[in-house]
Amino acid sequence: MISPTTVLFILLLLTGTAYYIGLRRSVAVAGGLEHVRKLHSRPPYYGAMTALWCGIPALVIFAFWQTFEADIITNLVVAGLPNEIRNLPADQINLIVNDIRNLAAGNIVSSQATQVIQEATSHYSRLQQTSHTALAVVAGCVCILVLVIVQHKISKTTRARNQVERIIFWLLVSCSIIAIFTTIGIVLSVLYEAIRFFKAVPVAEFLFGLKWSPQIAIRSDQVGASGAFGAVPVFTGTLLISAIAMAVATPIGLMSAIYMSEYANKTFRAVAKPLMEILAGIPTVVYGFFAALVVAPLIRDAGQWIGLDVSSESALAAGLVMGIMIIPFVSSLSDDMINAVPQELRDGAYALGATKSETIKQVVLPAALPGIVGSVLLAISRAIGETMIVVMAAGLTANLTLNPLKTVTTVTVQIVTLLVGDQEFDSPKTLAAFALGLLLFLVTLCLNIIALVVVRKYREQYE
Amino acid sequence: MNSQLSKISDEGVKPIDIVKKNLARRRRAERRFRRMGLVAILASLLFLAFLFLSIIGNGYSALFQTDIKIDVFFDPGKIAKNDPSNGDYPGIVKASLQKMFPDVTGRREKRQLYKLISSGAAFQIRKMVLTDARLIGEQRSIWVPADDDVDMLMKGHLSRQDDTQSGRFDPQQLQWLDQLEAEKRVKKKFNITFFTAGDSREPELAGVWGAVAGSFFTLLVTLLLSFPIGVASAVYLEEFAPKNRWTDLIEVNINNLAAVPSIVFGLLGLAVFLNFFGLPRSAPLVGGLVLTLMTLPTIIIAGRAAIQAVPPSIRDAALGVGASKMQTITHHVLPLAMPGMLTGAIIGMARALGETAPLLMIGMVAFIVDIPGGFTDPATVLPVQIFLWADSPERAFLERTSAATLVLLVFLFAMNGLAVYLRKRFERRW
Repeated sequence: MISPTTVLFILLLLTGTAYYIGLRRSVAVAGGLEHVRKLHSRPPYYGAMTALWCGIPALVIFAFWQTFEADIITNLVVAGLPNEIRNLPADQINLIVNDIRNLAAGNIVSSQATQVIQEATSHYSRLQQTSHTALAVVAGCVCILVLVIVQHKISKTTRARNQVERIIFWLLVSCSIIAIFTTIGIVLSVLYEAIRFFKAVPVAEFLFGLKWSPQIAIRSDQVGASGAFGAVPVFTGTLLISAIAMAVATPIGLMSAIYMSEYANKTFRAVAKPLMEILAGIPTVVYGFFAALVVAPLIRDAGQWIGLDVSSESALAAGLVMGIMIIPFVSSLSDDMINAVPQELRDGAYALGATKSETIKQVVLPAALPGIVGSVLLAISRAIGETMIVVMAAGLTANLTLNPLKTVTTVTVQIVTLLVGDQEFDSPKTLAAFALGLLLFLVTLCLNIIALVVVRKYREQYE
Repeated sequence: MNSQLSKISDEGVKPIDIVKKNLARRRRAERRFRRMGLVAILASLLFLAFLFLSIIGNGYSALFQTDIKIDVFFDPGKIAKNDPSNGDYPGIVKASLQKMFPDVTGRREKRQLYKLISSGAAFQIRKMVLTDARLIGEQRSIWVPADDDVDMLMKGHLSRQDDTQSGRFDPQQLQWLDQLEAEKRVKKKFNITFFTAGDSREPELAGVWGAVAGSFFTLLVTLLLSFPIGVASAVYLEEFAPKNRWTDLIEVNINNLAAVPSIVFGLLGLAVFLNFFGLPRSAPLVGGLVLTLMTLPTIIIAGRAAIQAVPPSIRDAALGVGASKMQTITHHVLPLAMPGMLTGAIIGMARALGETAPLLMIGMVAFIVDIPGGFTDPATVLPVQIFLWADSPERAFLERTSAATLVLLVFLFAMNGLAVYLRKRFERRW
């Protein structure tokens, strides 16, 4: 029994051996350790060159094999199944294939295995064995073949260092491209499912519909499952909570940034700044728990005390706590922006007799305004995309209201509720989550890009 | 201003008088403004204190658990002879309770009596028998965990009067408890279960260890992938990349990815890793992959800053003595930039440790009792465990949620403290 892990281990071992063989060979070619100066590169480079040439092709083969192995084996096993099973609908075949895979992996399956399934399972295991052995043989052979060729070619003039450096260079390039692939991956995956959703629900209905109730009736006589996908109430809820959060975060964050950068002495800053940063480091799930446990009941009781009917999952509680989460974000960015304003501007204002606060209000803030706007935009994008606080403290019902004491729902809450738990991937209910995700991504992307451009322009202005 | 100026010429008032007249008002405004700034900072710090106090206040009692001493007779009639793992262990617990309270006879009352003890008692006795078969037929008194409601009552989180009225407790149950207490059969001990067990539906049997192990495996995957990739990208972008549209695109991409909502990464993981590549649900491997994509921008940005901080004279000197560009970087620039890069990596890991939303999307939100032992075992992570427990209605889970939050915060503080230490220890001014 050869497992893929063993194969990987063997390959790594071979690569390690290749290093030493290359190293020894180069020393031998030079004619002993005292003559290595005659080589083009230092001996470790020859070792590294041999190892890279051996390891990379073998690992590439290994990766491809692992990616396609399961599909090929499954197809072969399905082709070997009796006709009456192969003629079943695709989803049932999938179930059977799952059973076979689980059996082959030694897991327990729910249904009793029939004779046919047992046979298919042993077929599957046999094929898997063959495939693993073949993988070990092929990859190992490639490794050894390359090793023989490369070590044969090593001579005093082989430019080993240059080869190694070129390979490393391309590795660096491919690592930095991953960021681009991530973005492409996000766009494609979300877009693909969203397009499937928009085939079932028209775009206009999604963007302008006033009713959101994504539960779809499985039977036609079911009650309370209308399946309406008008996202306006969800957007309003998101905007309402974000607005409350920004109403808390912007003044407090901005004022603390001003105090920190203009008034506070060194000791105060040394104590208060790290403490403010703790606020930024607390996980959002903790804020969410705190909002649901302490803040929401507090607000509800306070509301009752003055005779207001406050929902226990009010937008106010979620927005308030989210605002506090964002304070350090606003303050640290604004702090940077205020510090970037040149001292000459302040000195000029002082020379005219302005007080410190007048200088700040009439000179520093207007000068730093673009940067502050940029940081507030980034904070808004963060508020819109924030998930855990609203999942735990805001509600699920999509009310079209601007009353902060009522329950509202947000885009992120809906994505989580639609996708957590069992999913079927062809129902609009699940796909709706991806449509919402697409929208969320686009909106935050726009906000981020505008903010980044504004901030960059601002920084250049004073450099 | 104009009217004031005209006043000057009309009435012969000197400008200095106007300034003096307004001075008091302007000073007041100055003080007011200054105080507003101070209040803003104090408000956020006050909130921070409030948050910590309420979580600690709710959570510290989870460090203790109420235990009840019962006299167990390991009845050979209730344990299968050849296979001690098979036996009526709940029956043994019930029998010993009955012996302690012989006057309880009614069906309903018996059920109330059994409710005082956690269902974990039966497992505890079973485990004892499995480790030492000689116990069968013996009589022992052992401490078993009390039921969560009893635990809450003993800790004072539930009130005798109110919760009897609401029907949570039977008046008789309270009587029995008093009797047990009088016999010194009730004690509070350090709650080891909380730190060694996996999740459970019973609060008194639930622990964070499963989630900690899940977090460990997830973060290990994240660290092993994101640190090398992040360092490599940072090196390329800082040292090799030409200034052109292509590298501009990569830069904008990285900056933007750092600000994409985390839940979107969860959607990506669901669509690509689970549905397209068919990787297992709830596995730390997939969680680690998603968190890698998420933390990569942080690590790249920190890495670039660290490389920028290495003065060009170091590079020039290395190049001057004949090192190649790659040798300059691997032998001189990277070692000098490493503390900064490590600090960035630790901060990125701390953020990944606290991240919840994307992991909900890839099924790490399942109820998992077993402690994960590998990268593909179903697992959950600490913040998701907090989320799961926060949803539970039992009063005892509230205490455990707060305690799990404390555990998470301790880990975060340790990581951030390490980052601060590294920065202080290795920071260099050139």
